[in-house]
Amino acid sequence: MTSRLLKALVASAVMSVGGVTAASANECIAPANPGGGWDFTCRQIGAIMFEIGAVDGPIQVTNMAGAGGGLAYSHVVTERGDDAELIVAASSATTTRLAQNAYAGMTADQVRFVGAIGADPGVIVVGADSPYNSLNELIDAIIADPGSVAFAGGSAVGGFDHLKPLMILQRAGFTDITSVRYIGVDGGADAITQTVGGFTQAMTGDMSEVVGFVQAGEVRVLAVLTEERVPGFEDIPTAVEQGYDVVAVNWRGLYVPADVSDATFNTWADRLQAVADSDQWAEAMAANGLAPFTLVGADFQGYVDGLVAEINTLSKEIGVIE
Amino acid sequence: MDIISNLALGFSVALSPFTLGLAVIGCFLGTIIGALPGLGPSNGVAILIPITFTMGLDATSALVLMTAVYYGAMYGGRISSILLNIPGDEPALMTTLDGYPMAKQGRAGDALVLSGVASFVGALFATIGLILLAPFLARLAYQFGPAEYFALYLLAFCTLGGMASNNQAKAAMASCLGLAIAMIGVDDNSGLPRLTGGNLHLYDGIDFLVAIVGLFAVAEVFFFLEGHGRGSSIGVKLEKVRIPWADIVATKWTMLRASGVGFVAGVLPGAGASLGSFLAYMSEKSIAGEKGGFGTGVAKGVAAPEAGNNSAAGGALVPMLTLGVPGSGTTAVLLALLMTLNITPGPTLFTDRPEVVWGLIASLLIANVVLLLMNVPMVKIFVKILMVQPWILLPGVTMISFVGIYSLSGSYFDLLLMIGFGVLGYVLRKLDIPTVPVILGILLGGEMEGAIRNAMVLGNGDWTYLFSSPIAVGLWIAAIAGFVAPMFLRNILARPQAVED
Repeated sequence: MTSRLLKALVASAVMSVGGVTAASANECIAPANPGGGWDFTCRQIGAIMFEIGAVDGPIQVTNMAGAGGGLAYSHVVTERGDDAELIVAASSATTTRLAQNAYAGMTADQVRFVGAIGADPGVIVVGADSPYNSLNELIDAIIADPGSVAFAGGSAVGGFDHLKPLMILQRAGFTDITSVRYIGVDGGADAITQTVGGFTQAMTGDMSEVVGFVQAGEVRVLAVLTEERVPGFEDIPTAVEQGYDVVAVNWRGLYVPADVSDATFNTWADRLQAVADSDQWAEAMAANGLAPFTLVGADFQGYVDGLVAEINTLSKEIGVIE
Repeated sequence: MDIISNLALGFSVALSPFTLGLAVIGCFLGTIIGALPGLGPSNGVAILIPITFTMGLDATSALVLMTAVYYGAMYGGRISSILLNIPGDEPALMTTLDGYPMAKQGRAGDALVLSGVASFVGALFATIGLILLAPFLARLAYQFGPAEYFALYLLAFCTLGGMASNNQAKAAMASCLGLAIAMIGVDDNSGLPRLTGGNLHLYDGIDFLVAIVGLFAVAEVFFFLEGHGRGSSIGVKLEKVRIPWADIVATKWTMLRASGVGFVAGVLPGAGASLGSFLAYMSEKSIAGEKGGFGTGVAKGVAAPEAGNNSAAGGALVPMLTLGVPGSGTTAVLLALLMTLNITPGPTLFTDRPEVVWGLIASLLIANVVLLLMNVPMVKIFVKILMVQPWILLPGVTMISFVGIYSLSGSYFDLLLMIGFGVLGYVLRKLDIPTVPVILGILLGGEMEGAIRNAMVLGNGDWTYLFSSPIAVGLWIAAIAGFVAPMFLRNILARPQAVED
């Protein structure tokens, strides 16, 4: 009885919400509150798909925050398994959490990853007046005295931002990973604030989060975690060229439910490719500090599987999961 | 002179018949969104963002519309607090304490007008602060690390004891209940879920809005059902609406002080509007003392939290614009709007895109004036709501709350949770335990815990790290001297006077 009443209430709620926002066939779920990277992915990709005519009507964005994307993941897996008109924003955080089994037992093969069309390069940043002038100096200082450096990042302990310095230290042969100090704060900008304020000695995050502060001369980027230097930021050295073979980018992409037809999957892949090729996307990437990173269709699933396996191994090595 | 020419630039961008029209529409929508329980400023603004895209608005127009909605929602939250004893959003929580008793005395119109004026003062104060001090204030955020935030939250927490004057033990119990609820969710310092029972819906903890709507609105429905409509506290006496000049003049210093407190809380990214209105209310309460009658429906008790939360809302724009750090849920949404308009807030925004910053500031000033002009005459319409029979009004309000909460996460779990909170609210009220400290416990608990644990990481486990800066020490002294010591020293302090006699 109660559940029937609830269903009725929910149904009327849905109808009244639907009545406010124009009825639209395609939906993009941003598994976070408005304002974050996933929300950006949905809104930008959705708007561009409509602008370039890849879809007939505007794509409705639904914010479904919870459990670091786990709520939306579970919603798609259990309730929308064959919805052909649904896309969901994803990023490295999605694969990190899947690799660490943080989605209550759900696995990466329960959805289909369509592709990534941009990546936010990982960075290690210090305040402008920091004594550390290169990544080597910072890493050497930690190896000499792990207590001397604390990192701030926008993800919780064990999250992608936390893993970045740990990966570098691991490549440097440092094994006492748990002695590295890290505080997770509310987003990358907050992590920078803590670092500029001198509460932490270094910040780990994404390029887009630090661009404004670099231009204002508040911080220095010690290393960018990409294969090659990032276009537009040629004076920032990579970790690879400083001797640490670490590449960590926060890709921005989409997944769709697992049980959609191959034709549907290919349609979404084509649409995403069209966005990747558009001028609008190039502009949006430039304005938000994203580097080109296009991997769409069947290849991407392989990339995701590899990533999940790698992070799973790494997380076990550094003791984030058992 | 710079400021005047900058403002002129801002108004030249933001002031046209079209944008003025948008401001009026935005203010109206915002007021309604704020007034509806369960639809807070952040999800209100979020819902409206797609509309700005479908309307094809340019950056300035979109900003004018959204800031009008933002400020409007901050104004609107007070309406249901005062009329129905159900906070329209979390910053309006403190307004229920004196606003509703005032309405019960038949002074609903007075309370609405007074709180509208207080909102105006607070918002204007914050906008002026933003104009004059933004680049300087941005540095303030650099002074606050985990130890300082912990001390700030502790200061707020110490004031909780003085909240319910009738029974402090019950208030303390209620706030502990809130703290316990705040523990639910993924623990940021270990990355592990706590008290979630493996349920993904609980990983992010309990949303304040779910708790507020449950404890206030749903609990009210249960009381209504139990008393067959007679036991409900809804339904207040009506009186002719006039402008309470005497109250406005009498509360002028309260409004200014509360604006100052709220503004500082807003500027600090880790604090925000709810803490702003809370600290504003509690500091005014302790200034007024026992004789102030806070909690019984006094004018100062209505003016302080409203000036505080509107000022904090404006203050929150400072870190958002200068650092890109959103100080509240709503500024996070505005930040998203700016990003989608290809404007990246940060230290360079004021120099790189002056037309955006000053256009925004001008539109804040416009929205504020529009809201004042709109809200005072609209009081007559709002008060009419009270003439609606409770058996229509209450289910209607609850219905809207359900829609609002559902729009938060799009999951029915939150609706079940909300009903659970309704039952809790019913039980607490039966036991005469105040519900406001429960919400404040939820609000303070998570942040306070994160701050102290981060401080311990940074201090290598050394507790003296908590007192390592002058700001932290100052806040500790304020907490102890202002709120804890008087409780124990009251008798001792009173005695010397007797001796002198």
